[in-house]
Amino acid sequence: MAIPLEQILIQTINGIVNGMILALVASGLTLIFGIMDVVNFAHGDLVMLGGFVGAATIATTGNFWLALLAAAVVIAVFGAALQATTLRPLIGRDPLTTILATFGISLVLQKYAIWQWGPSARRIQEPITGNFNLFYLQYPWYRLLTALLAAAIIGALYLFLRYGKYGIWIRATTQDRVMAQAMGIPVPLVHTAVFAIGAGMAAASGVLFGPLGGVTQNIGLDFTLRAFIVVVVGGMGNLGGSILASIFISLLEAYAALIVSPAQAVIVSFVALILTLLFRPTGLFVPTPK
Amino acid sequence: MRRSNTAYWIGFCVILALLIVAPLVLPEFWRRFVTEILIWGLLAMSSDILIGYTGMISFGHSVFFGLGMYCAAAALLTVKPPNLWIALLYGLAGAAAVATFVAFFATRLREIYFSITTLVFSQIFYVIIFTWTEVTGGENGLAFSQPPLSIPGLWSVRFTPEKLHWFVLAVVTISFLVLRRVTQSPFGMVLQAIRENEPRARAIGYSVERYKIVAVMLSGLFAGLAGVLYAIQNKFAAPDFVFFVVSGEVVIFNVMGGVGTLVGPVAGAAFFLLLREGFSRYFTEYYLIPVGIIFTAMVIFMPQGLLGFAKRRLNQ
Amino acid sequence: MLTLDNVHTYYGKSHILHGVSIEVKSGEVVGLLGRNGVGKSTTLKTVMGLVRPSEGHVMFEGRSIAGMAPHHLAHLGIAWVPEDRRIFRLLSVMENLRTGLDRSGVDETKRKAMLDKVYASFPVLADRQSQAGGTLSGGEQQMLAIARAMMLEPKIILLDEPTEGLMPRMVGQILEIIRVLNREGVAILLVEQNVPLTLEASSRVYIMEKGVVKHHAPAADLRADHTVIHQYLGI
Repeated sequence: MAIPLEQILIQTINGIVNGMILALVASGLTLIFGIMDVVNFAHGDLVMLGGFVGAATIATTGNFWLALLAAAVVIAVFGAALQATTLRPLIGRDPLTTILATFGISLVLQKYAIWQWGPSARRIQEPITGNFNLFYLQYPWYRLLTALLAAAIIGALYLFLRYGKYGIWIRATTQDRVMAQAMGIPVPLVHTAVFAIGAGMAAASGVLFGPLGGVTQNIGLDFTLRAFIVVVVGGMGNLGGSILASIFISLLEAYAALIVSPAQAVIVSFVALILTLLFRPTGLFVPTPK
Repeated sequence: MRRSNTAYWIGFCVILALLIVAPLVLPEFWRRFVTEILIWGLLAMSSDILIGYTGMISFGHSVFFGLGMYCAAAALLTVKPPNLWIALLYGLAGAAAVATFVAFFATRLREIYFSITTLVFSQIFYVIIFTWTEVTGGENGLAFSQPPLSIPGLWSVRFTPEKLHWFVLAVVTISFLVLRRVTQSPFGMVLQAIRENEPRARAIGYSVERYKIVAVMLSGLFAGLAGVLYAIQNKFAAPDFVFFVVSGEVVIFNVMGGVGTLVGPVAGAAFFLLLREGFSRYFTEYYLIPVGIIFTAMVIFMPQGLLGFAKRRLNQ
Repeated sequence: MLTLDNVHTYYGKSHILHGVSIEVKSGEVVGLLGRNGVGKSTTLKTVMGLVRPSEGHVMFEGRSIAGMAPHHLAHLGIAWVPEDRRIFRLLSVMENLRTGLDRSGVDETKRKAMLDKVYASFPVLADRQSQAGGTLSGGEQQMLAIARAMMLEPKIILLDEPTEGLMPRMVGQILEIIRVLNREGVAILLVEQNVPLTLEASSRVYIMEKGVVKHHAPAADLRADHTVIHQYLGI
């Protein structure tokens, strides 16, 4: 069963591109989990909503970049409102309660999307069309752009956390919520802000993914599931780990798609999750399990 | 408290009587509705063993349900003449097999990771069933005929809607009594101890792993049983029933009705299905929006569910 | 300035504080002695808003602060240096200080002045500015915890067992730090098991037993007559 080299090459790049989009989603999820122990079941639906807001913006303005910005901002604000109303009262309760609550939110968001925008998929036109020559193959520019944009956003997040004034607040709160409060850091606000950032990043992924896979209502569960897998494999709360894991998982799926149908390729990531949980439950990309 | 105990059984008998009479007085649609509530109620009860009594939230119960359904379908399609009991056997065996698999993971993983893993499992099975078209019929599922209610060699009678309802009622009632017995037993007490404080249960000397394994097997078996009943009632098996949505709905039944009460989830199932019926009239297919909001609000403000306030009483 | 009046605190079902009344005046150093588990740390945590009292009053500068969130209290001028220091391990020394320094009302000049002062008082921290907090020794972490609290320019510092786990020769340093802080007008509520240090540093001392204040006297009296200390602490 010889697979042509160029196919493997294409799948490698595809894997990286998809991996970067997934990394954008997963880093928001792991950030949220790291700071407030919330497993956000509705995270994938934020991706979906971002896609729809983006599609709507493009329909009226025709500008992809505006759509990207609008989706991120709108969903970030929405995320903040959501966290402040539904998740804040749950702080201190059993963590499984937040899974249930975010699950309920997920249901509402999914059906709301259908109600608001109808059951058919939306198209988002890519901002740059055309292919470039990769060796003797044709590869779409847009895909490359997606990976770069996602990397840029994640890079900006990293810089913000490392060097920004509020980055210290976020990192301190993640490490020791109680002590952070005792130092005067307004922890409830920080929680809301981080949720908003995660939501905004998810929304951006939705728009970036739009030209590649279309904007449909059921991508929510798919993204949530994949993001969960990535976060566990990468180590919960570990930003760098989730980025590596995203690329790793996406590459695995891309290669698997050469052999089985794409629908079945998904099983590969599930298996990766199970193996990780069995043998390295703290995460594959975490230095040493403590 | 003997008094609340008698009240409980009186209530039980009253409801049982109502359910027996139901198919004779209700129009076809509602008769079917009640039968469905019973089946979903059984599924919810099985899930309660894990959520309410052992403290493990499963987001993948659809896998047991679906497997019970598909294995029963397999029996009804391959074994001629179609035999009710063999279908039951196949269904339970299939559910038990998966339950063993899941049980293995239950012992190794904490709360959140267990929940995510059960979700992943149900999705794996969904993909397998959806794509393995030759065996499972893929997207279209499998259709088959209803087996007769029979004792081989003695007598055989075809199911009428009423007889089917009574059969389902009998199975569900027996299951309920069995599960109730289990939760009230020392075994059930240990499960609750595990839910309250696992490290302490372990420190006292209980082999927590063994108890969890049995809990998962028990839960899986009864969920599979519900799947078999559903297959028999509807005469088809479809991948939709292995999809996550079913698992999600089961969790909703549990939370709405009150976890850890056994009857709560059944009430939760009834409540949800009634809400769905009711809201569908006004919101058509968007009924999940108000229902979802109600569910989320209940998680936040009324986590004990509808019957949770009576939890202590109901468990005596 | 700080008053606890008949405070009862529970952890779940455990009744830890059974009506504690303590007062710290502006600029005072007050000691709180007692055996392990009598509720000394809980007293501090109640003041800091980390645990809510079920009964009684906690007043600071005339207003009731029971039930206020810790981050508000920090801005009001109450700083907490906890028992296990709780340095942000993955943040650098400088970043640890910044958690207290980065607040409104501190302009560039003041920042620099405060940092210079703290590095002068704790030269070892200046050396380790960009090192991660978790790599510091126990004594250095204690310095950092106190320095960090000072960044809040507090009116009172709740100091919980600063000498625990430290080498004996560092105790003298802690005493010196307390004196310096006190000279600048900062009040200190000092919880300790080290009796000599407490008697040296404080002007008044409370002794707790089983969640209640059993004795209260000027430190001088307790220094002169050791029988009370023997009675409650068995030393």
